[in-house]
Amino acid sequence: MRSLENEYLRELLVKKGIRYDGRKFHEYRKIEVEEGTVKKAEGSALASIGETKVLAGVKLELGEPYKDAPNEGVLKVNAELLPLASPEFEAGPPGEEAIELARVVDRVIRESGSIKLEELCIEEGSKAWCVFVDIAVINNDGNLLDAATVAAVAALKDAKVPKVEGDEVVRGEFERELPLQFRPLNVTVCKVGKKLLIDPTWREEAVVDAKVSFGIRDDGKVCAVQTYETDGLERSELEKMLRLALEKNGELRRVLGWR
Amino acid sequence: MKVRKIVFPGDEVGKRRGRKLGRGVYEVRGSVRSKYVGIPKETANEVDVIPLAGAYLPKVGDKVVGIIRDVEFSGWVVDINSPYVGFLPVGEGVREYVDTTRVDLSKYYDVGDVIFCRVVNVPKSRVVQLSMKYLYAKKLVGGTLVRIPPSKVARLIGKGGSMVELIKKRTKCQVIPGENGVVWVKGENALKAIEAIKFVEKKSHIYGLTQKVSELLR
Amino acid sequence: MGRKPPEPLIVEGKRVDGRSPEEMRKIEIKLDVIPRADGSAMFRIGDTIALAAVYGPAELHPAHLREYTSGTLRCRYRLAPFSVDERKPPGMDRRSVELSKLIRVALEPAIFLEEFPKAVVDVFVEILQADGSTRVASINAASLALISAGIPMRDFVVACSVGKVDGHLVVDLCGKEDNFSEADMNFAMMPKLKKVTLFQGDGTVSPEEVRKLLDLAEKSCMKVYEIQRGVLGEKFRE
Repeated sequence: MRSLENEYLRELLVKKGIRYDGRKFHEYRKIEVEEGTVKKAEGSALASIGETKVLAGVKLELGEPYKDAPNEGVLKVNAELLPLASPEFEAGPPGEEAIELARVVDRVIRESGSIKLEELCIEEGSKAWCVFVDIAVINNDGNLLDAATVAAVAALKDAKVPKVEGDEVVRGEFERELPLQFRPLNVTVCKVGKKLLIDPTWREEAVVDAKVSFGIRDDGKVCAVQTYETDGLERSELEKMLRLALEKNGELRRVLGWR
Repeated sequence: MKVRKIVFPGDEVGKRRGRKLGRGVYEVRGSVRSKYVGIPKETANEVDVIPLAGAYLPKVGDKVVGIIRDVEFSGWVVDINSPYVGFLPVGEGVREYVDTTRVDLSKYYDVGDVIFCRVVNVPKSRVVQLSMKYLYAKKLVGGTLVRIPPSKVARLIGKGGSMVELIKKRTKCQVIPGENGVVWVKGENALKAIEAIKFVEKKSHIYGLTQKVSELLR
Repeated sequence: MGRKPPEPLIVEGKRVDGRSPEEMRKIEIKLDVIPRADGSAMFRIGDTIALAAVYGPAELHPAHLREYTSGTLRCRYRLAPFSVDERKPPGMDRRSVELSKLIRVALEPAIFLEEFPKAVVDVFVEILQADGSTRVASINAASLALISAGIPMRDFVVACSVGKVDGHLVVDLCGKEDNFSEADMNFAMMPKLKKVTLFQGDGTVSPEEVRKLLDLAEKSCMKVYEIQRGVLGEKFRE
């Protein structure tokens, strides 16, 4: 949508090469992660990138494995763009954006094989742990996917598997850590004019020409790609974005201490 | 059967060479490309593509057949077969002075009436302004309406009106094609006229169409 | 996805249905299958059948959704309840919501939305039979339906799926391959403008494999483009 502020912002970016918060084009805002914020959850984390805040909680419940994976635990990822997080989010069931966010984070975690689901089966074919990862966006200042992924993975890192007595979960007592072997990250790269931009704020997201997110594993393997609204990207641009994402992946891990 | 050359969206129609661009084309670094499946039209001064399908998007000067949809305080809301609605202000619909506080406008045009009028303005708000203050503008009473894709109306009219005149003469009907794809037909042989109109719609892309229509209406 | 298949999916260079890795399934296209719609098309690839209908541009209701300077594109993707092995309850589930969005993302760059401000073009896609790669079949069907409806476009939008199965890079994943692939990516582009409008999916691939998949996808999309042009040309040759 056209607006004076958006046009001015775009002009700064495209013609003057300036970001309104003074950052360099490839610079992330301050990233902070706090684990164990929610005591009732089996695992939790609050991640913030600049003013974007996302809270993720992990709950483990007893359930049945999927029919086509009888010896594996189950992973379910859900996300909510809470109406309190921004004037744009409305109350009600998850809309398109929330559903997409949840599904991309789910794929990044699932496809990277990060959780050793085989170690979460209790009785083959009938009893397994369901790992629920619920993501709540608390403040939306852009780049929700990157922040949500950090929150979700940090919450999984924090998570412990509770003790079980028969068919009952003994809350508060744990037998082991959640078997997490990888910590994947999402790096969102935007294109504005001819330049590439990292970590867009909410305002910047409204004026970029393209946005692509890459889910990347600890060993540099690509585990998910998601393109958002674009004007159309040239092959070379897409590949440049991938290269930048790989570079940023390394940098993020240093900042988070997730090497 | 010879078929006119047809282009698809994205196909190059020609190079710009300083010429004017029609509504059916766009430019990519000097190369003029089509926006539609259609027939390319190139002259010394203009490059364009005539679409073979598509909704009616009004432009100033178009003569359209509209249906009164609502009677309001200062004029009439008109359905012009477009995603945009038409409005006929009272001053453009009636010659004499009308005291809108005392007169019920439906006495001039009521909901359901059919009119032939001109598009005089397409503002940014896309409330299309219409006018009846032209010699050819009038209320169309009786008869029936046929809808064809707006892109085929030019073919129905023919060069210098040759096609529509042929149909009118042979069927002894009144036929008024609106550029918005709505055609008014009235007469005893209306069904034959409609058959001819539908024939033109289906075969609009072939050469020698006038001849074929003439055979149909023998 | 990502699970080990019961038996190898590629034996001596041949896939489960006898294809070679770079071979797409047979494509069948029919236009104007829904005469009431402004434009429509059926796109069939192997046993996946996508039916698309386009309505518009039309007045957009409710009024508060209208954009002053641009038209709106709305897409709805749905799997028919009988299209899959285990009956899928009717209605929009989360996957359909995301796929509807992805189809819109793939088609939007090709449409001149600014030519019908405040109006809407609706694209409805119904998957009648699902055997892998339904979203790219949807994009192909929708693109032809949009063109048939006379919506002003910059180019066609053509799409295909690419992925990694049993260590091989393949194009056009069928249902079986979809379930057991190591990577499954969906790709859409505007063929004359050579611009990518969609690239999304998941798996575990190296950056070099990503590049190879992009190459394979582009090459295959150009083949789909030729077939689409042929079908459109036929329609106007009667």
